[in-house]
Amino acid sequence: MSALLSVEAVSKRFRGLLAVDRVSFAVPQGAIFAIIGPNGAGKTTLFNIIAGVLAANGGSISFAGQSIDGLPPDAVCRRGIARTFQIVRPFPALSVEDNVTVGALLNRREVGAARAHARDLLQRLDLFDKRHRPAATLTLPDRKRLEVARALATGPQLLLLDEVMAGLRPTETDRMVAILRALNRESGLTILLIEHVMRAVMALASRVLVLDHGVAIAEGAPESVVRDPAVVQSYLGAEAV
Amino acid sequence: MPLSVYLNVAVGGVLTGLVYGLMALGLSVIFGVVRVVNFAHGEMMTVAMYIAIVMFAWFHLDPLILLVPIAAVLFVFGYALQASLINPFITRPEHSQFLLLVALAIIIANTLLISFGPDARAVQTGYVYDSFQVGPVIVDASKIYAGVAAIVVTVALFAFFRLTLLGKAIRACADNHTGALVVGLDVERLYALTFGLGAACVGAAGTMLVLITDATPMVGPGYTLLAFVIVITGGLGSMPGALLGGVLIGVTEAIAGLLFTPSAKSMFAFAILVLVLLFRPQGILGKRLA
Amino acid sequence: MIARLGAGLASRGAVPLAILLTAFLLAPFFVNDYLLTVLILILYFAYAGQAWNIMMGFAGQLSLGHALYVGLGSYVAATLFTRFGIGPWLGLLAAIPIAAACGAVIGYLAFRFGVAGVYFAILTIAFAEFARIGFDHLDYVNASSGLFLPVKQYAHNDLWLLRGDPTMFYYVILAATVFAFGLCRLLLHSRIGYFWLAIREDEPAARAAGIDTFRYKMYAVMVSAAVTSFAGVFYAFFYNNLFPEQVFSISRSIEIILGPIIGGIGTLFGPILGAFVLTGLAETLNSAMGAFGLDLPGAKQVFYGVCLLLVVLALPDGVWPPLARRLGLSDDKP
Repeated sequence: MSALLSVEAVSKRFRGLLAVDRVSFAVPQGAIFAIIGPNGAGKTTLFNIIAGVLAANGGSISFAGQSIDGLPPDAVCRRGIARTFQIVRPFPALSVEDNVTVGALLNRREVGAARAHARDLLQRLDLFDKRHRPAATLTLPDRKRLEVARALATGPQLLLLDEVMAGLRPTETDRMVAILRALNRESGLTILLIEHVMRAVMALASRVLVLDHGVAIAEGAPESVVRDPAVVQSYLGAEAV
Repeated sequence: MPLSVYLNVAVGGVLTGLVYGLMALGLSVIFGVVRVVNFAHGEMMTVAMYIAIVMFAWFHLDPLILLVPIAAVLFVFGYALQASLINPFITRPEHSQFLLLVALAIIIANTLLISFGPDARAVQTGYVYDSFQVGPVIVDASKIYAGVAAIVVTVALFAFFRLTLLGKAIRACADNHTGALVVGLDVERLYALTFGLGAACVGAAGTMLVLITDATPMVGPGYTLLAFVIVITGGLGSMPGALLGGVLIGVTEAIAGLLFTPSAKSMFAFAILVLVLLFRPQGILGKRLA
Repeated sequence: MIARLGAGLASRGAVPLAILLTAFLLAPFFVNDYLLTVLILILYFAYAGQAWNIMMGFAGQLSLGHALYVGLGSYVAATLFTRFGIGPWLGLLAAIPIAAACGAVIGYLAFRFGVAGVYFAILTIAFAEFARIGFDHLDYVNASSGLFLPVKQYAHNDLWLLRGDPTMFYYVILAATVFAFGLCRLLLHSRIGYFWLAIREDEPAARAAGIDTFRYKMYAVMVSAAVTSFAGVFYAFFYNNLFPEQVFSISRSIEIILGPIIGGIGTLFGPILGAFVLTGLAETLNSAMGAFGLDLPGAKQVFYGVCLLLVVLALPDGVWPPLARRLGLSDDKP
């Protein structure tokens, strides 16, 4: 399988702090790829660079064979990379349906068609019954699913999920995992996720990258990464294995 | 025109600019700490100007003597305003806060209009026609007094913020609202104090300004805008910047008034604002936001 | 929720809307001249407020210098009329692109350089003030002495040249307000409307959803400016005299925004309701004071200020949303 997303020696410096230090990895088409590591490791910074919110200080990123260096966030989305936020950002005063319709309108001119597509997605993500409610009134798990729905509505090839399981109870986590697995299996959607919830990482990822202090310290299949001594020492702790 | 004319005008501009700078300092302090855009800033200064005019008319009290009392009155007013109306608004969206102050500005300005009528008022002190001569430069005495008073007040304010515990507490709030709460600072009271201080600055500036120019009830918006231009030009979050910006604008306006028509001098302040917003949005001495 | 306020209205509100419209159409036959002038004023502010609402209520950009576009519309149309005899409707064809271009300049300067929120508002004030002072010194339009349109006694109403009695002006501004309402409804339910609302709600999230926020903010500013310019054309031909001090004044800008704020930003009926409430009450106040022999210039403004204060404190969303809920005209539960 060819690499859909290719990150090469990307670095990011914030004045004195080297947040990301020459990180390289490739996400194959159709894979679910997880990035894990302790807080402050540079995971969200890396995401923000890929998504176009921050500019890298070094290295390059290519998507579907084309460079996406220096593109602004909206251009990155138009290329086919959609993202969610670590702290959810729905459009609060708009209804659930309108939230997703906004995403669907990226590739559709007609509001009617966009709305129909939005409804489909809301069905898949179990939010159809709440479609007329203002997004601000939703519970956290619902808001997370709403963000996923909105991101999916833009028709991406790659979905970036930033700690989408955070704050969810185990049953809700399992629900989200099931949804993501189904999306990946049925439509071949490639997923790149940052996660702390190991339950979800083990259940979803085919490949894992571990970051610590901005440096990639391990990469590979989940089972082997989880047993890697460096990973155990810096992040997981011996009890986790 | 001979160089001495330019020099005179420029020096006059610097002194006027110091008073503007003091006014802008008040705005900078309020905006920098409480993060509220005080759209009523100019109106508060107009109130101070009118108090000075009335006190002079009734009691023949020189504005220089009135400086501290009027600043105190404005302090109380600002404190009360923040404590009662604005503090609950901190969490509201920006435009709500802004509009609250717009409403206050409208009420204040038009109440002044009803009370005093639209005609210009001024203060005719005994020294209004005096001037000092230093070398080739001739400066109005009133401008010198106003400028010096502005410097004194500014230095006092700097000292307060750098040296006193209260001043440091206020700066802590500005730096990190949540952090300040966590260490137990009474943020709401400190905000009220800050607004009061900002209002006091404006009060002092207004009292000084009556030595230099006339007052009408409607001058408020012009000065509010000027204060913003100065703060943005000098740099948000920088107290010396406000003073520097004030002087810069004061001189520019004065020279522009000389070269072109006096009534068009505000256009240059706006031109500077646009240029600063475009090319150096953090201002001359401001810190670049990360 | 706010986006759907209009949609729900179409089905449930069709009858009240029709009644309202009929009332407006028949009004001139039942009211005296003074009240007719008040109604014209109400509709004028409803129209201008609706135009402003496009920028603020839909795209979330606070403009406090909208008098700029009114003034440009006024002066362009008036100058073309007094110097070249060109009628107002053709003058409008010139005023619209000029206003839109000005809006584009302001928008470009602001959005390209990250000037947002309150700084954007200050920038808009600065441009309006710049225009005020500039026109005050522009001899081509008579500078501060004012530009006067020739007023002759006309035997009949001339719609083409907008010369005639107040009734004609009333129907013109009514038609314009209906047009503005329809335009806003159309925009709100279109793709561009959705993008505007997204930008208003959360600009970074909108960008993450693929929306080119710069471009759509530019559209909002330009459309708003263009629509506002008609208000200027109307103003010039209704009052027949223009002074830069008055036309571009910040007080005008604030009057324009009071209606939508009091009525409800981002709603379709807000500006109209707000204009009604505000102007209606203000004129009532004026009449009451006149009855007592009080002539206080500035009293009306104090009243405006107090209204604004009360609305900001107690009804942050404006008068319309809670009213709509009460009347059962919105989708929210009361």
